[in-house]
Amino acid sequence: MKKKLLLAALSASALMTAAPLSAKTLIYCSEGSPENFAPSVNTTGTSFDANTQIYDTIVQFERGGTKVQPSLAEKWDISADGTAYTFHLRKGVKWHNTNRSFKPTRDFNADDFIFTIERQWKESNPFFKVTSSNHSYFNDMGMPKLLKSVEKVDDYTVKITLTQPEAPFLSDLAMQYASIQSKEYADAMLKAGTPEKIDQDPIGTGPFYLVQYQKDSIIRYKAFPDYWAGKAKIDDLIFSITPDASVRWAKLQKGECHVMPYPNPADLDAMKKDANVQILEQPGLNIGYLAYNTQKKPFDDVRVRKAMNMAIDKKAIVDAVFLGSGIPAVNPIPPTMWSYNETIKDDPFDPAAAKKALADAGYPNGMEIDLWAMPVQRPYNPNAKRIAELMQADLAKIGVKAEIKSFEWGEYRKRMQAGEHQTGMLGWTGDNGDPDNFLHTLLGCDSAKTNGSNVAKFCYQPFEELVVKAKTVTDQAEREKLYRQAQVIFKEQSPWFTIAHAVQLKPVRKEVKDFLLSPFGRHTFYGVDIN
Amino acid sequence: MLRFVLTRVSLVIPTFIGITLLAFFLIRLVPGDPIETMAGERGIDPARHEQLRKEFGFDKPLLSQYGVYITRVLHGDLGKSIVTRENVSTEFAALFPATIELAVCAILFALIIGLPAGILAAVKRNSIFDHGVMGVSLAGYSMPIFWWGLLLILLFSVQLGLTPVSGRIAVQYFIEPTTGFLLIDSLLAGDFDAFKSALSHLILPAIVLGTVPLAVIARMTRSAMLEVLGEDYIRTARAKGLAPIRVVAMHALRNALIPVVTVIGLQVGVLFTGAILTETIFSWPGVGKWLIEAISRRDYPVLQGGTLLIGVVVMSVNLLVDLLYGLINPRIRHH
Repeated sequence: MKKKLLLAALSASALMTAAPLSAKTLIYCSEGSPENFAPSVNTTGTSFDANTQIYDTIVQFERGGTKVQPSLAEKWDISADGTAYTFHLRKGVKWHNTNRSFKPTRDFNADDFIFTIERQWKESNPFFKVTSSNHSYFNDMGMPKLLKSVEKVDDYTVKITLTQPEAPFLSDLAMQYASIQSKEYADAMLKAGTPEKIDQDPIGTGPFYLVQYQKDSIIRYKAFPDYWAGKAKIDDLIFSITPDASVRWAKLQKGECHVMPYPNPADLDAMKKDANVQILEQPGLNIGYLAYNTQKKPFDDVRVRKAMNMAIDKKAIVDAVFLGSGIPAVNPIPPTMWSYNETIKDDPFDPAAAKKALADAGYPNGMEIDLWAMPVQRPYNPNAKRIAELMQADLAKIGVKAEIKSFEWGEYRKRMQAGEHQTGMLGWTGDNGDPDNFLHTLLGCDSAKTNGSNVAKFCYQPFEELVVKAKTVTDQAEREKLYRQAQVIFKEQSPWFTIAHAVQLKPVRKEVKDFLLSPFGRHTFYGVDIN
Repeated sequence: MLRFVLTRVSLVIPTFIGITLLAFFLIRLVPGDPIETMAGERGIDPARHEQLRKEFGFDKPLLSQYGVYITRVLHGDLGKSIVTRENVSTEFAALFPATIELAVCAILFALIIGLPAGILAAVKRNSIFDHGVMGVSLAGYSMPIFWWGLLLILLFSVQLGLTPVSGRIAVQYFIEPTTGFLLIDSLLAGDFDAFKSALSHLILPAIVLGTVPLAVIARMTRSAMLEVLGEDYIRTARAKGLAPIRVVAMHALRNALIPVVTVIGLQVGVLFTGAILTETIFSWPGVGKWLIEAISRRDYPVLQGGTLLIGVVVMSVNLLVDLLYGLINPRIRHH
């Protein structure tokens, strides 16, 4: 027997990978393991990808876009003053009934929606601290300050009252942190003394249910036959966890996976030549920039900021560092976002004019500045240090001597937020697809204070008035006008040198049908088919 | 003998304390704090930062944190991962069998090739074969694991299509972990195809991880054999007219193996270091990859617990080798 085993194992045919699966199976080579299955405390895209298959939200972003559409809420009313939202919930939405230790006895209802909010909001909720009390996104989207009350009107109606009008509120609720968990399951697990189970052995109302998770190895899902919007087109969904980008590519080539995220820029040429693979691309909801500290000399002078903008060769940077995976940025929001002002012209690359502008500002002999570069690769900036070196060389030509500085990543961001820099690189990836999430969050006076996200410390009243007003107006056309104008002021004032919007590149095998890129960089497989 | 055992075992205690100290303080010397690392671009509100520090116990002075940690460790509690909130010991137990399976296969590969190669090189000293073996093993020893792994994947998996690219088993096999060792679990489940798949997934990572030990074993065997082959009793054996194969296999190899066994024991540590890279390349769900991720996220409990557990394993193996060695060689235990 032993001999037989050995022989069979060593025969060449045995070394080939096994035959394909019979059911419609899609394999996604994900880049890492999720933190857990508790979207309310998750902070990474990797975790959101794993969870978005299982859970639904009250409202959702359309597939492949940022428009908010109904999901577990069929419709909603907004009061005239913009502070009261009444959600009418969908009836007949089934919970996954695949869990070993719990069988749901009822459909999704208002209790589940309220539970999801309260577990992140109220410290008195028994689930507030379960898994983690760090409800990052709930806090970051300003919910504790914004929410006044959440009331159950009846089993299928929930009324949320806000402390002030907040136009992006619906978009906020479409984000993954607001994924709906089952109150009935939570109660049962609390009673059983294992509350953390709801976050480890999840049940949701989403298109796929979890079958198996092995850390660093595999996540298996199956299509939920009773999904409210109809069963998914694929039967099995598998996340094959593969952290190395070159290995992901090797697996894609061999057909061991169908979709892979985050390719190595160096592999792109080979990918384009592979007849079995297509590369989907879309400018991401992100921006990489160099912020000028507008509250520090010499960058409190707009003429200096303009001179800097004209001195740096943006195209050369994007070509050399992004290698085809970035487009030069003109505005602080990406071109795929609504209200993007395409009439704005970027500052030209003109070292002579830059030198003159600098002299006019009182620095005819140039100056010495610092130039901060983050130590890590980010989605909007593949290599900050290299970019800093290119900028340094450009700036030297107009007599500006830039000293490149860097710190450990957490420390770097903290010091930038404290305003210790003169100029420094940072960037942003959009949370909810609303321009407010860029223009107010990154450039408003509120976040210009110490520890805020506005690292240019830019607080300019004409701009501020526009972005604050746009927050409270619910009419989309009116908001668009305000944001378009805000972008004009941004360019005039130049608190940033806008570097690039990273383009999302997704190698996908040709047998995969209808896979749509999410501007948020999410990977969702409902609606996707495979030949 | 009892005294020898007691001396060896008592040495384990200070080593254990040393490991906890190193694991605890070294990671805290690395700049960066786990809460800030989790926060991304937006950063974290100082009040909430403070609250979380308190929750994790990071607000206390370092020494008292260490005290709390050691007390818990002695009670068998290694804490919870900051990132996943899962018990460190549970995560370790789930991932460790994969590392063991890989390490055992790697060392088997190293032995099966390394021992005969070393012996033959010694017997055919200064021949082309000898120079060849020594040259190749030097190359193997100096090969960067990352590069070597990718090279093998590109050749055997992508170009020739002989082996799978990465992972532990093809995705269609759904084997519930019983022992955690997939080769065993698949046989227990009676699924021979799954066994084949698991075995084929092991080939490349075992070769990559086994390359350095192979080089060390081959070189060590060669030099130990050379030393023994020059001894008087070998000459006597030859003079008696014993068959050359008997001289080599029975008389020489037995004595030459003693230093080789020690070296194999020491390779356990090397295997764990190598596993960190090998597992990352081959998406192998073991403890090496787990630790790498913990470093980048500053997941203190995982790093402390993982280092400690691996330390204990390495120590135990070395202790075992020490004891066995004493058992084989009386001169050592009477020292």
